[in-house]
Amino acid sequence: MDGVKQQIITLFGKGVRRASLLRGGGGSALPGLIIERFDPSFLKRTLSQLNHGVVLISGTNGKTTTTKMVVELLESQGLRVFTNRTGSNFTRGIVAALIESVDIKGNLPFDIAVLELDEAYAVKFSTQIQPKYSLFLNVLRDQLDRFGEIDATANMLHSVAIRTTGCIVVNRDDPRLVSDAFFKDTSAPIRTYGVSKQLSQLFPPDDNMRSGAQLSSRPNLLQNYDDTCLQSFENNTATFTYTNSTHTLPLLLKGIFNIQNATAAVALTRAVMGTELHEDAMLTALSKVTPAFGRGEDIIVDGQPVELVLVKNPSGFRLSLASFNPAETATMIAINDNYADGRDMSWLWDVEFDSLSKTGVAEVSGIRAYDMALRLQYDEIEVKHVEPNSSLALRHFLDTNRNIPKRIYCTYTAMLELRKQLSKLATVEKVL
Amino acid sequence: MNQQQTIRLLQLYPHDMNIYGDWGNTLTLKRRLEWHGYHVELLDYNPGDVLPEGIDLIVGGGGQDSGQDKIQADLLKIGPTLKKLATSGVPMLMICGMYQLFGRFFKTRDGRVIEGIGLFDLETHGGNERMIGNIVTKSDLFGKIVGYENHSGITTLGPNVTPLGRVYRGAGNNGKDATEGAIYNNVIGTYLHGSLLPKNPLIADWLIEKAVDRKYDEFIPTVIEDRFAQEARRIAASRPR
Repeated sequence: MDGVKQQIITLFGKGVRRASLLRGGGGSALPGLIIERFDPSFLKRTLSQLNHGVVLISGTNGKTTTTKMVVELLESQGLRVFTNRTGSNFTRGIVAALIESVDIKGNLPFDIAVLELDEAYAVKFSTQIQPKYSLFLNVLRDQLDRFGEIDATANMLHSVAIRTTGCIVVNRDDPRLVSDAFFKDTSAPIRTYGVSKQLSQLFPPDDNMRSGAQLSSRPNLLQNYDDTCLQSFENNTATFTYTNSTHTLPLLLKGIFNIQNATAAVALTRAVMGTELHEDAMLTALSKVTPAFGRGEDIIVDGQPVELVLVKNPSGFRLSLASFNPAETATMIAINDNYADGRDMSWLWDVEFDSLSKTGVAEVSGIRAYDMALRLQYDEIEVKHVEPNSSLALRHFLDTNRNIPKRIYCTYTAMLELRKQLSKLATVEKVL
Repeated sequence: MNQQQTIRLLQLYPHDMNIYGDWGNTLTLKRRLEWHGYHVELLDYNPGDVLPEGIDLIVGGGGQDSGQDKIQADLLKIGPTLKKLATSGVPMLMICGMYQLFGRFFKTRDGRVIEGIGLFDLETHGGNERMIGNIVTKSDLFGKIVGYENHSGITTLGPNVTPLGRVYRGAGNNGKDATEGAIYNNVIGTYLHGSLLPKNPLIADWLIEKAVDRKYDEFIPTVIEDRFAQEARRIAASRPR
């Protein structure tokens, strides 16, 4: 395709994006579709301009939060970072975001791209563009109705690892990411991140959920890799170690899973920057990172914080329950089963709710409110009120728990509904 | 109620075969037994363990292919004992992967034959499509059964086994003959997750009754508040596949 033709299509794509934004749509699918159709090499051609290449972040839990952190840490290093901020978790969304960012000649004024992709799209993407860096967070039970089985999901990430050219960063605490099978046929150097032994009991792998078996000892093959380790996290202060140096710093992030993701972001930033790393700038940026929306953000209503905690799968839910103290706090749980949440409710039975036994649960809501209430009944947790309708439930929850902090555990689409309701009562950060 | 009355509940391969909320079934049996006034001794059996004596009730779950590979040899070893227990009336619930391995064999898509223990007269062939979604079946014993299926195995029942239910909505054993699950003596096999027992308390209490009755000659149930279960069943049956 000649240059003029490409310019015309780019211009056209920009126009379509603007038009679809004006119509009130999210603006990401349609222009992406048109460009993919008429200029299939657009994605590859545009991203290959980046002198630091493409970072691909995938895994079951923590993609959005980790991507946000990686972007902020790389920006602290003076890099101009392109990212799929709207969380359009698929290639078409990336194309749409790129159209927005390129100039009429197709130049992309960035140094590096940091892209969040779910496992299936990560495979699809990597067959078109080889990532320079890939970061694999975990392979957990989630969205099983989409991918089938977790071993199949691990295989998807393995095929992305094979196509990675610069460096592969993996969570060494996930047995599916540190096996000989996973490292087989990879050519890029491997780096690891993880948590100390002392913290590791908070992260039992899915396989050990029922048997109480100890964490399988780390394979010897890990000892040779550059590792970034979260040593401890207490009272909002975290200690990280890597290459024989130790760094202790305060964080705005809450929840052990967010700190684990921060460890991943540090490991990746170190891999990208190598000897050019501005360590102080990275650590300063890290201490200022805030959670992504709906991932532990506080919204103030009537002078009391309402904390939204996104829960998508058993490990995430268990970690959240372990991270937040329920005392002196009213708890609500909202469970939907829309496509984005996963239709199967079995996962609720892989979460233990014992930590809520003293306080009970003030409100249970969502399409599958009664599945959740039933789950709590079998852990003998008091359920004070059940209301499937989210706006009625939220009103009842706020009215009956006026003068104390509140926390809402919610699935993805329940979070979107509740956030919308809350935005009428308080100022909520706008997210495209 | 005599608190001394104890039921020994065994989880079969909880380490390798426990995907999709199988704990929900174990927990439901444990709690309902307790609510009915019995003491529960919960035991785990994993490959290489010694099978405990005096087992009253057995549950087994679904697993991934890798999990099935890990337990298969061990299962064949204890197969004869499990069959004897079944003949003597011990109730069992086998979900998905364990349901398949309680049949005669599972033939994978690439032609590999994984031998089962043949407690159920059925065979399973690996299929190309996953049968996924909310499912409702109807059973003579239990009325409407609601759950969630997620499998690619295509199971065909032989003449010596009865289906657990007729598919009302969903795929079931094979997506063709409208059968779902199997029942033989007091052993139930099914593809239904969800988890199965919390939303189908009649099945849970049937298994409990068989276990208690066999051991103590009589089962005195108590009334359990199942309102949440009734509502959850109603909603589940109305949701998109």
